[in-house]
Amino acid sequence: MASPGEADVNVSHVEKKKKPPARYWQEPQDRERGGNKDGGRPEQQEKQQTHKAKKRKRDEQSRDGKKVISGKSDPFLGPAPVPKDKLQKFKRQDKIQKPRRPHYRLKDIITRSEAASEMAQKQAARFDLLLPEDAGFLEGDEDEDTCMISQEDIADAVDITSGAKYFNLKLSQFGPYRLDYSRTGRHLLLGGRRGHVACVDWQSKQLMCEINVMESINDVKWLHTEHMYAVAQKKWLYIYDSNGIELHCIRTFNDILRMQFLPYHFLLATASATGFLQYLDVSVGKEVAAISTKTGRLDVMCQNPHNAVVHLGHPNGTVTLWSPNQKEALVKMLCHQGGVRSVAVDKTGTYMITSGMDKKMKVFDVRAFKPLRSYFLPAGASCLSLSQRGLLSAATGDIVQVYRDVWSTPVTKPYMAHRVRGLVWGLHFCPFEDVLGVGHGEGFTSMLVPGAGEPNFDGLDANPYRSAKQRQEWEVKALLEKIQPELITLDPTELAQVDRTTFEQRHRDRVEALGFDPLAKEKFVPKFKKKGRSSAGGVERRKKQVAHEDQRVSSYFQGSRQRRPLR
Amino acid sequence: MKVQVLSRNPDDYVRETKHDIQRVPRNYDPSLHPFEVSREYTRALNATKLERVFAKPFLASLDGHRDGVNCLAKHTRSLSTLLSGSCDGEVKVWNLTKHECVRTLQAHGGFVRGMVVRYCGNSFFTIGDDKTIKQWKMEAPGYGEEEEPLNTILGKTVFTGLDHHQKKGVFATCGQQVDIWDEQRSTPIRSFTWGVDSFSSVRFNPVETELLGSCASDRSIVLYDMRESTPLKKVIMTMRTNTLCWNPMEAYCFTCANEDYNLYTYDMRHLEKPIKVHMDHVSAVLDVDYSPTGQEFVSASFDKTIRIFSKDDGHSREVYHTKRMQHVICIKWSADNKYILSGSDEMNIRLWKANAAEKLGVLAPREREVVNYSQKLKEKFQHHPQIRRIARHRHLPKNIYHQKNELRIMKEARRRKEMNVRKHSKPGSVPVVSEKEKHVVSVVK
Repeated sequence: MASPGEADVNVSHVEKKKKPPARYWQEPQDRERGGNKDGGRPEQQEKQQTHKAKKRKRDEQSRDGKKVISGKSDPFLGPAPVPKDKLQKFKRQDKIQKPRRPHYRLKDIITRSEAASEMAQKQAARFDLLLPEDAGFLEGDEDEDTCMISQEDIADAVDITSGAKYFNLKLSQFGPYRLDYSRTGRHLLLGGRRGHVACVDWQSKQLMCEINVMESINDVKWLHTEHMYAVAQKKWLYIYDSNGIELHCIRTFNDILRMQFLPYHFLLATASATGFLQYLDVSVGKEVAAISTKTGRLDVMCQNPHNAVVHLGHPNGTVTLWSPNQKEALVKMLCHQGGVRSVAVDKTGTYMITSGMDKKMKVFDVRAFKPLRSYFLPAGASCLSLSQRGLLSAATGDIVQVYRDVWSTPVTKPYMAHRVRGLVWGLHFCPFEDVLGVGHGEGFTSMLVPGAGEPNFDGLDANPYRSAKQRQEWEVKALLEKIQPELITLDPTELAQVDRTTFEQRHRDRVEALGFDPLAKEKFVPKFKKKGRSSAGGVERRKKQVAHEDQRVSSYFQGSRQRRPLR
Repeated sequence: MKVQVLSRNPDDYVRETKHDIQRVPRNYDPSLHPFEVSREYTRALNATKLERVFAKPFLASLDGHRDGVNCLAKHTRSLSTLLSGSCDGEVKVWNLTKHECVRTLQAHGGFVRGMVVRYCGNSFFTIGDDKTIKQWKMEAPGYGEEEEPLNTILGKTVFTGLDHHQKKGVFATCGQQVDIWDEQRSTPIRSFTWGVDSFSSVRFNPVETELLGSCASDRSIVLYDMRESTPLKKVIMTMRTNTLCWNPMEAYCFTCANEDYNLYTYDMRHLEKPIKVHMDHVSAVLDVDYSPTGQEFVSASFDKTIRIFSKDDGHSREVYHTKRMQHVICIKWSADNKYILSGSDEMNIRLWKANAAEKLGVLAPREREVVNYSQKLKEKFQHHPQIRRIARHRHLPKNIYHQKNELRIMKEARRRKEMNVRKHSKPGSVPVVSEKEKHVVSVVK
């Protein structure tokens, strides 16, 4: 492994780091700088003394320029500053506009909650600096293209355990293979076209089970744990456990070509040759929705991991977006002039990448439904897959190409390329590893792609090193917070937004039932005063002068006055 | 060529021995935790459901009285002591931690009408139907000694209510008039009358200690200042008020329990209109007591239920009832804000949790964390219809449920009629009278 120090110097790919993270061994330099600052400080202090008291209130300055009676300055500078880009990463929403005068209580609530979320943001950003692992990278020497570096060279250059992650399985008998990695990235599921199913703990190369279902296999998919997987066979959908024992044969799901598993909803979405998109709730074994898409054979499918919407590609060049709550497509996009061959959506749900029969590969912004970039690939891409850190792999014939930064900069040549023995059939990046799994006509190839996987996993979400007890605990917790299929929408934060229309409707009904508006402002009746210079009418007139301010925020008042703002 | 691939050392992620706790590395990156809102919502929903599952408010029933419990008194210094007086003139002192009676004394012939513990906690006063005020020692008499009051005052008329000053040796009684007594004297130092023949209860303000409030049978609430010779002011309502209780945190607020099924919170400076009308009972409200935080109060009603109201909410957040509990006569909120004590007609005193789903006892830090987190989640999603429905749902006895519906229908009909009248009269001749204004007849100063 290269030393972390070098890593800082050579930071170059996938994500541009503007500023290398601070390291403890760089501290002496900082201190020197700090020393210089100390030299220049008396001047600053003088300047600050001339400043008004208001400026002194700002904590950073007051910290630097704090005067003690003895004349010494405080050697402890307070908490270290947090880098802005890190803070940005954890920012959930913009600041809320505070209401004007009358809503003291609401104002107070908003201030408190904002302070709390700011603190949480800061703490998370600080914690981010302490994450133990760094992402991988690959850099060529001068005049050396990274795409010319062969897998063997990489495997030789890296340490033994990582080198062992490049391997080939020669399975020419039952090919071509589809594959799937489990959510923790520890387990690999292979499904051969001619009925061969194998699950492997691929890092220790331990075979968990191997069966032949004696039928053609269209797709394989892990369910929520590595103890169950679904196999789409010639006629029906089957569920097996990791010992190869058939658990279920689900006959309401027939002729399935592609499957996607939505892990937080415990839903298995299947697309069939008869044009049906079906959802199976694997926690209770119930069919949640069956949608007839009326678009013919569905063999291009992917999910948006950000909002659990299923994307289907069609032979007429359109991509349609589906949720189980609606019988029609949420969105139809015309993406290609020929048929769509493959679709992939990135982790944050921002970009969709499609490839079509017109030999083009296009990048779309799926939040705005706008095309961003279009690339021409001479052979056309049959399979696409996106890694956790945004590397794109595309298979053209028997060549697997990996691209970097496809959406931000126009890409001219691939980051990496590799030729496998047979026609590529399935492509999948392994989560939390720098590995790309390729299923092809002659078996399976595990490729090393430095910089593909997320270096730091979250132990409570997907932990590759979890024990059996931890897995059981996780399973119970995950089942308890299973998201109901009704909550699948294009915008997953919709649930947290204020539903004003329902409130307005309810208010109108109430006014109609009561015969008067209970929220209406009372009409002003001037007080009869015998003493004092300012009459009540005069006060009211002055109030009206600032009435336009009230009008400016009146829309806000409507929202805040409602006692039950959400849907 | 420079290359680095992810290569984790398993020793950093797996515990060393099985006696260690498991290592759980965290990464709080939001993109690794999708569906944040929906998952929190699901957690909030589960927390709300669990809260309803664990809502078991009834703790214990203290039995021993041989007639209905007429009054309760909290000990001013000890959390575990409770005093109760019954309709046959018996007073019992209870140890609440052990759920047992530690002392019984026959205080009066006839009802024990009122009882109060002196601020020092060493003695208590009782009044009864036999026109006497008695002061008793808190300690039980020693072996061979006779149970005797420290002091006995014989009054001219029957006393109906009693309260003690917070800091001085002064107490107040009510009956045909409101009397202020010095502990050292056998005649009242001051008597207040305002053209009424009887009062039902009198209460000292716990903050502004010289102020008193009393409820009279001519449907009025009268306020007094002990230092003045005449009452301050009174408000006359449409129906009679049974008791009142001052807010221990806001000196100028008090809540009164009315015969018209409602409770009214007043600001004593503006008696023209109550701050809030608290509706939900389906029969006369007999007693009310504030929590020590002043945020909530509990009310006892003739409809055999106890309800807990927030001081700024028009409807109750909680209702307690059991099959065996009859008309609840008296209610107290314990001084540690955790328990509610109710005395009822069928001779029992019941101990309830103030927060129905709360776990009693010491919580482990992780437990406390979970409780706090779920509390916050419930608060965050409380307005979502599904969560609100579950959080609000309470089982009610059949008759109360039907009575509630009946009352709702009656109210609706009255409103509809008023609306129709307004529609067919000259504009402005039938004004809209708010619920708050409806129940106040007049204010007299």
